[in-house]
Amino acid sequence: MANEKRKNLTPVQQQYHQFEQARETKRPVLKNCMRAFFVGGLICVIGQAISYFYMYFFDFTEKTVGNPTVATMVFLAMLLTGFGVYDRLAQFAGAGSAVPVTGFGNAVISAAIEHRTEGFVLGVGGNMFKLAGSVILFGTFSAFVVALIKTIALKWGGLG
Amino acid sequence: MMAMFFWAFVVGGLICVIGQLMFDVFKLTPAHTLSSLVVAGAILDGFGLYEPLIDFAGAGATIPITSFGNALVHGAMQEAEKHGIVGVLTGMFEVTSAGISAAIVFGFIGALLFKPKG
Repeated sequence: MANEKRKNLTPVQQQYHQFEQARETKRPVLKNCMRAFFVGGLICVIGQAISYFYMYFFDFTEKTVGNPTVATMVFLAMLLTGFGVYDRLAQFAGAGSAVPVTGFGNAVISAAIEHRTEGFVLGVGGNMFKLAGSVILFGTFSAFVVALIKTIALKWGGLG
Repeated sequence: MMAMFFWAFVVGGLICVIGQLMFDVFKLTPAHTLSSLVVAGAILDGFGLYEPLIDFAGAGATIPITSFGNALVHGAMQEAEKHGIVGVLTGMFEVTSAGISAAIVFGFIGALLFKPKG
């Protein structure tokens, strides 16, 4: 906890905070990282196989193959999420299943399925991007800022 | 071709390890972690560093969520080159449309097909 926050706590609360910190179970960081590495790596290998499939059987080039690959991965994420496999995978792999685009798909799809009891318009429509919305917001805004700065630098700054 | 699979595995795995470290060491929530990675991808592409990584590792760089930020910047820059500064807004989703439209379409189909558990 930040120091400024701690100043507002009574001595007893501070003591409890230390007590709590000392007893918090240590996360097995190394084991988690190994699992994330293998599962994340495997998902990317599957993605690579799908890219080769699109490159050989359809006329995609190495530059354009990312789009259909991502769409296919999201489709696979839908099936796995629907059958409840992805949640189990996520428990095992942590970031290994959350960081690839399938994790983004899983966040959208699980929110959609979870809220269908509230109806399709207010439930599914309103809650679909509950979890993934922040990724879209910060991705879009940071991309806007980066692209704006780069465009201005290229046009008027004489860079590039 | 086998080398490509190998590098996709290693680079994709390493990006996931960075995410896992943000979970475990910095105690960020998944939403914070993913948002940070997307922003990192956008900034890396701003310096022109993400494209070489894609050439090198293929799906190892396009599948992790960082490529989402990269693709957003790419679309914006492509349009900005053609139409000037307005292109930054109009081109934003040009390249990324696959991921988002797939997520929306399949998300809805998923909600139609599957019932929530528990």
